[in-house]
Amino acid sequence: MIQFDFSTIAFFVFAVLTLGGALGVVTNRNLFRGTIWLMVSLFGVAGLYVLLSAPFLAAVQVLVYIGAIAILFTFAVMLTRSLTRLNVRYTRLWPSALGAVLLFAMLVIGVIWPVFGGNELYNQPISDVVRTTTDLGVALVSGEGYVLPFEVASILLTGAMIGAIVIARDADEEEMEQ
Amino acid sequence: MDCTGLCEVLTQGGTDPGLAQFLSILLGVLLVVTVPLITVIFLIWIERKIAARIQDRLGPNRVGPFGLLQTFADLIKLLAKEDITPASADRLLYNAAPLLSLAAVALIWAVVPYTPYHVGADLDIGALYFVAVASLGTLAIMIAGWASNNKYALLGAFRVVALLVSYEIPLVFALLVPVMLAGSMSMVDIIHAQSGMWFIFMAPLAGVLFFISSQAETGRAPFDLIEAESELVAGFNIEYSGMKFGMFFAAEFLHVFTNGVLITILFLGGWYFPGWQMPLIAFMWLGLKAFIPYFISLWIRNTVPRLRIDQVMKFNWFFLVPLSIVNVLILAFLVMVLKEIGWVPVDETGAMALAQAGFIELLPMTIVLFISNVLICVPIVNRLRRMGVEQRAAREQLRTQRAMAAGD
Amino acid sequence: MDVLNEWAFIGVFLVLAPILPVLPIMGAWLFRPKRANVLKSQTYECGVETVGDTWVQFRVQYYIYGLIFLVFDVEMVLLFPWAVAYHKLSFFAFAAGLLFIFLLTDALIYAWRKGILIWR
Repeated sequence: MIQFDFSTIAFFVFAVLTLGGALGVVTNRNLFRGTIWLMVSLFGVAGLYVLLSAPFLAAVQVLVYIGAIAILFTFAVMLTRSLTRLNVRYTRLWPSALGAVLLFAMLVIGVIWPVFGGNELYNQPISDVVRTTTDLGVALVSGEGYVLPFEVASILLTGAMIGAIVIARDADEEEMEQ
Repeated sequence: MDCTGLCEVLTQGGTDPGLAQFLSILLGVLLVVTVPLITVIFLIWIERKIAARIQDRLGPNRVGPFGLLQTFADLIKLLAKEDITPASADRLLYNAAPLLSLAAVALIWAVVPYTPYHVGADLDIGALYFVAVASLGTLAIMIAGWASNNKYALLGAFRVVALLVSYEIPLVFALLVPVMLAGSMSMVDIIHAQSGMWFIFMAPLAGVLFFISSQAETGRAPFDLIEAESELVAGFNIEYSGMKFGMFFAAEFLHVFTNGVLITILFLGGWYFPGWQMPLIAFMWLGLKAFIPYFISLWIRNTVPRLRIDQVMKFNWFFLVPLSIVNVLILAFLVMVLKEIGWVPVDETGAMALAQAGFIELLPMTIVLFISNVLICVPIVNRLRRMGVEQRAAREQLRTQRAMAAGD
Repeated sequence: MDVLNEWAFIGVFLVLAPILPVLPIMGAWLFRPKRANVLKSQTYECGVETVGDTWVQFRVQYYIYGLIFLVFDVEMVLLFPWAVAYHKLSFFAFAAGLLFIFLLTDALIYAWRKGILIWR
């Protein structure tokens, strides 16, 4: 029986935002509008993170996706030639639809089924302690924690940035020559 | 969820607990929202008055005493203005952009602690929340520029957004400093950590960096590319008219003062002032202190000319970003060293705890950090001055060459 | 549950914040003249008639700035937990943070050297 309190209402609102936004992305022909719908969807996901007691993740979601990725997408959309008014129709829809359905079925079997299937293992939370951002910080840089992934993430980011610069520079030089 | 104050009273009066809670939250939100909205009406008057004085004018002085009612007159004027939506605009996004722009600024006020006992929501990620919410404003500008379907608007929006995202980097690196010193991202905790000593004395450089980049974030001179009348007709809001334009306008005015309040919370000790600590007076201190960065911001806005986009970008990427990164690293290093030699107040677990220390205990630490900041600044200021002299000399040389060529 | 209470406040705020600007716009809708015509609703580009498409191809430079900002954004997000926990960390943690920032500064220096960050 569903009890109607704040969290439940908020969950439904954010779920509708997430799914509605996703629907907007796939049905829109205009790429910029698609980007904005994607941001609506990701904003809904941020709300769901808050409901899961992960406010840090929610703030990161808004900051990185809506603050940076949305801007990047817009710049990328404007980089392409008139892709904002796309007239080309993608005709091979059936294979994609089949793939999506298969993926969804896998998700249902893998995630939703065990939870509702009365499995004892999933009935209790993994931890009773609500972890704070301080715990996250300690875990990120302590020797027995995740210091290696932390540094590897830095190398990954560096690699991504240098790669982007190299590729973009080539494009830029081509543009200059034209 | 807990139920205190108004919620408790309502529940005892026979209201459904859930409804009572909702009502109490709604009332709280309305109260918190009213403060910035009333403030912005007077801010517009204050800003116009200060701008006028700096430019040796009188400013608004006809409507009401000292022109105080001028803003209301302007509001009525805006209500009666025709609101034109260009035929080729993307209607939905065109109308959504001004709403998002003002909402992004208003949302920041949810985490502003007005007094020690009155805060909208004391989120434990408060500092990150305000950066995240402020980034919605950037998106609003992008949407406005794109949805107008106007070349100038789009070009203006693109430039402004490139500027805003660039200046967000030094802003957030400067924000790391108070977070690091307070050991928390909650706005209330950050203020409590400044009970003994304001962070502006411990990290003046971070304060200045935060101020400069927030000046750019609000799009004020010398970074006011957002309002490029001479280059791009008007910038991203060219197609907006009537009340929708007014909303962008109000958002900008409010954002400037909001930044003043944020600087007060992060660097100027929030509601703390030596001696006086009562709720109403605390609120007054916050407001009064917020006027210091606000006034400096207006002062700069009205005296400095606008920079070109390439100069603004160069200033950010070759000066502010590296400086803010170095600043964080040096501060982190010094705090660690000071902790080792025992100059930093610690709690029972050996963790740094500035909230529990008084002025005297914090003094040695503050002096060391302050001197380190000054030492960082000296070579930088020297280099900047040398660059300025070189550029001026080069320009002078060019001018004499031209004059000679013209004379021939 | 106390934490969710704070977020309930934000949730209500989130609904209310866009309504605030709607009110004056609605008020203006009541009072303002509504005499639109074809000339008024044309795109305003300094009086000259609009030529071609607005949504044209832009320079790759904007994209580069966006990408570099994204990388820095992710970096800053990872540094926030480090800064929050800094008051109870050891020297090792400082070294970890230093290495993290240093590795990323490399990329920034690379971008400087290649002249990417100069606006042209």
